[in-house]
Amino acid sequence: MFEFKLPDLGEGIAEGEILKWHVTEGGQVVEDAPLVDVETDKAAVTIPSPRGGRIASLRGKVGDTVNVGDVIVVVDDGAEAPETAPAKAKPAAAPAVAPAQVSPQVGTQVGAQVGAQVGAQVGAGAPTGPRRPVPAAPATRRLARELKVDINQVPATGPAGRVTPEDVHRFAAGGSAAPAPAATPARHAPPPPEHVAAREVRDDTAFAEFAAHASATIPFLELEPLPDFRHEGPVQVEALRSIRRKVARKMVTSMTLVPHVAHMDDADVTQLENFRLRERDRRQGAAGGKLTLMAFVIKAVTSGLRATPAFNASLDPFREEIIYKKYYNIGFAADTGRGLVVPVIHGTETRSIVDISEQIADKAARARAGTLPPDEMRGGTFTITNVGPLGGTALLATINYPEVAILGMGRVQEKPVVRDGQIVIRKILPLTLAFDHRVADGADAARFVGELARQLSDPNLLLLET
Amino acid sequence: MVMGSLREETEVVVIGSGPGGYVAALRLADLGKNVLLVESRERPGGTCLLEGCIPSKALIHTVEIQESARRAAEFGLAFDNVRIDPAKLREWTDGIVQGLSDGIRGLLKRRGVTVLRGHARFTSPTSLSLEGGEVSGVDFKQAVIATGSSLNRLPAGIVPSVWSSADALKLPCVPESLLVVGGGYIGLEMGLVYQGLGSKVSVVEFFPRLLMGADFDLVEVMVKQVSERLEEIMVDSKVLSIAEAARGGFDVEIEHGGQKARKHYAQVLVAIGRRPNSDDIGLQNTRVKTDDKGFILTGPDCRTDEPNIFAIGDVATGPMLAHKASREGKVAAEVIAHGTAAFDNRAIPAVVFTDPEIAWTGLTEREAEQQDIKVNIGRFPLSALGRARTLGRTDGLVKVIAEPDTGLILGVGMVGPMASELIAEGTLAVEMGATLEDIMVTIHPHPTLSEAFMEAAEVAAGEAVHINPPRKVR
Repeated sequence: MFEFKLPDLGEGIAEGEILKWHVTEGGQVVEDAPLVDVETDKAAVTIPSPRGGRIASLRGKVGDTVNVGDVIVVVDDGAEAPETAPAKAKPAAAPAVAPAQVSPQVGTQVGAQVGAQVGAQVGAGAPTGPRRPVPAAPATRRLARELKVDINQVPATGPAGRVTPEDVHRFAAGGSAAPAPAATPARHAPPPPEHVAAREVRDDTAFAEFAAHASATIPFLELEPLPDFRHEGPVQVEALRSIRRKVARKMVTSMTLVPHVAHMDDADVTQLENFRLRERDRRQGAAGGKLTLMAFVIKAVTSGLRATPAFNASLDPFREEIIYKKYYNIGFAADTGRGLVVPVIHGTETRSIVDISEQIADKAARARAGTLPPDEMRGGTFTITNVGPLGGTALLATINYPEVAILGMGRVQEKPVVRDGQIVIRKILPLTLAFDHRVADGADAARFVGELARQLSDPNLLLLET
Repeated sequence: MVMGSLREETEVVVIGSGPGGYVAALRLADLGKNVLLVESRERPGGTCLLEGCIPSKALIHTVEIQESARRAAEFGLAFDNVRIDPAKLREWTDGIVQGLSDGIRGLLKRRGVTVLRGHARFTSPTSLSLEGGEVSGVDFKQAVIATGSSLNRLPAGIVPSVWSSADALKLPCVPESLLVVGGGYIGLEMGLVYQGLGSKVSVVEFFPRLLMGADFDLVEVMVKQVSERLEEIMVDSKVLSIAEAARGGFDVEIEHGGQKARKHYAQVLVAIGRRPNSDDIGLQNTRVKTDDKGFILTGPDCRTDEPNIFAIGDVATGPMLAHKASREGKVAAEVIAHGTAAFDNRAIPAVVFTDPEIAWTGLTEREAEQQDIKVNIGRFPLSALGRARTLGRTDGLVKVIAEPDTGLILGVGMVGPMASELIAEGTLAVEMGATLEDIMVTIHPHPTLSEAFMEAAEVAAGEAVHINPPRKVR
């Protein structure tokens, strides 16, 4: 017997969601054949089987979240004693399966299976799955009853989430907006088998706890559970998962922690575009041949960051330190069809524009395929997002925390502009730098974006960069 | 006045004077209620006192002293002629029961609780009739049903002269051989009593294991010890028939794995569980509901579907245990008096007075498995405990079941001497929401058996000093 544990999927990733099993219990698997598709916050990976043999048991269902180091499958390889694969097994970076097979069906598959499973549980009379009562001493529980407080909603300060009498008093005095629960049902009352949430929010307790915490911290913040929109009209409910959930976390974190300021400017990219399009046609088919505007912008930004280190930094609010990075890893936002990811090009200060162009094409393709390993989405120091090709005149992006600045590129358009008293038609690229006002000021941004616009207006200037 | 037409009126009537009913009545009286207690038996105390926990523990204690004396030979203490005088023992046990029952009577009397004799049946949600007493009926505002439970009987075709556990407790005689039908706690406790008294005792159990409710690892330790004292333990076996034999005693046909065997025993004791006394109390005249096994359905406030009627103890849902009944009795009384109490207990300890004893509280390992709850379990064997060695009793273990991330103690199980006493700390831990650390930093007196709980908590936390650390896997 061979117990296979979920291997380390790359630095920092602790868990993954099972997307698809390539094997079934009782079936055979050969060594290195695809075993399971796991999606992490960063990407989907196919993990090959480290052994051949009969699948004795699968330790997770599609939709389950498994931790690194958890046994996910037991393979009967003929050996008698149970053997365990070390959790730090070689990361399965190289996917063995064309990921296109994985991605399109993910949404429906996961949704359907999870729904069915939870539904069955409810039908069988298990109300909210295994859930322990809130730890609290009997006298504290009585106090809550007497103060007509649902102890499940009281934010706990004790160890292991234990609710203390002080917690109950505080909660009762604070008069939280948390809704009073319906009368306690008799022990035998079955739960209503209606809507099944993607995540089990136990008796709205999780929400109430969160709401109480949040409104205690932020003045005027008032949180109420969402209304049931099904009463208003037809709706479709999808679980917030994987990349979507990760994006949500990152955005809220960034917008909450970082005072954003935006600075806007236009770059006249007429000369650059003429040069770029000419060279692109000439180099067609060659490596990095698909010269993109993004590659030039990345190069120009790298130059700007060297001149203005404040935008290639991070701020540690706890140590009260600003960390200026002497390396330049530029991320670019990529729309993958399954959500937003940010591939990172490392060491842009040492790369040529052609090299960067090649990297963009390669990483974007793999990101869309869901095969870009987490390592290639990590370590960015500055991010660029380009929605121009899709339209829009300008955009205000959210900083990719813990970076301190993000550049948004609008659509390049031919516009009438005044040059030497004459109205001429020029190709204009709108630029918006959103930056962290804690580390830099408006003047820094003006200089940075101004210099960026200047470099992009004259490709010769880029010659001066390595 | 015509006999049998006398009616009484009261605020609250409590039906049954067992550990649920009499506690409810006392508490109600203390909370200022006018209380009337109805009991169909001659004495107050219920099954627990009159034919259950109390007399059986007296017998078990006696037999255990004898067993200890036998074991003592190992460490150089020899008793000659240790023997039990059944007549004297019977007298002693009766004395205990009588004393405690009189005590309850005194408590009720001093609080002004009227006690009426008779079998009560509801005639409406606010009235009941009484059969077999001087008063014919009671009108009330609220009622607490505490009618308890009765012994299950074997299905048809079984001779009446077999013993129930209540019969066996009276020590009618010490049979040469005894078959105990039912490997639950009552069967095992009584089986060991009669073994101690001199019978050759066998146990037959329908299920594949003894004590189906307890965790297997605990039961295993007990079975290993007990099997030395018993003739035969037949699990996964079915009693097909019991017939009085011509030569005296009983012929019993037992089926195991498709094989039928006919065996002869001088006496048969049937201990196959209990059922709630809910079928003959006039519930059809109320809105009180029962489940398919006859247990009255109640909410956490012990209230039935008839808002002024409460049910507690064996007749209500939940385990049939005296301590659960008493707690529910207090809850019902407080709800009636001021409305805020609730049976919100997280742990109801279970105790089996075998030798060694088994006890558990809160979540069991089996329940965790069945409900797919991830737990961290720390086990500590008594063989590593100084005090257990000085007692010559190293057969046992204590295990702590905790939540993996927080160390919150969810359950405790133990097997060994004094487990029935030691489980109280585990129950307190679960009830208070204690963590492993709380137990680990609490100083436990040395050398005592109570240290095992602390040690087990340390094992669960991976910080045990008295256990070798798990071998490092390379």
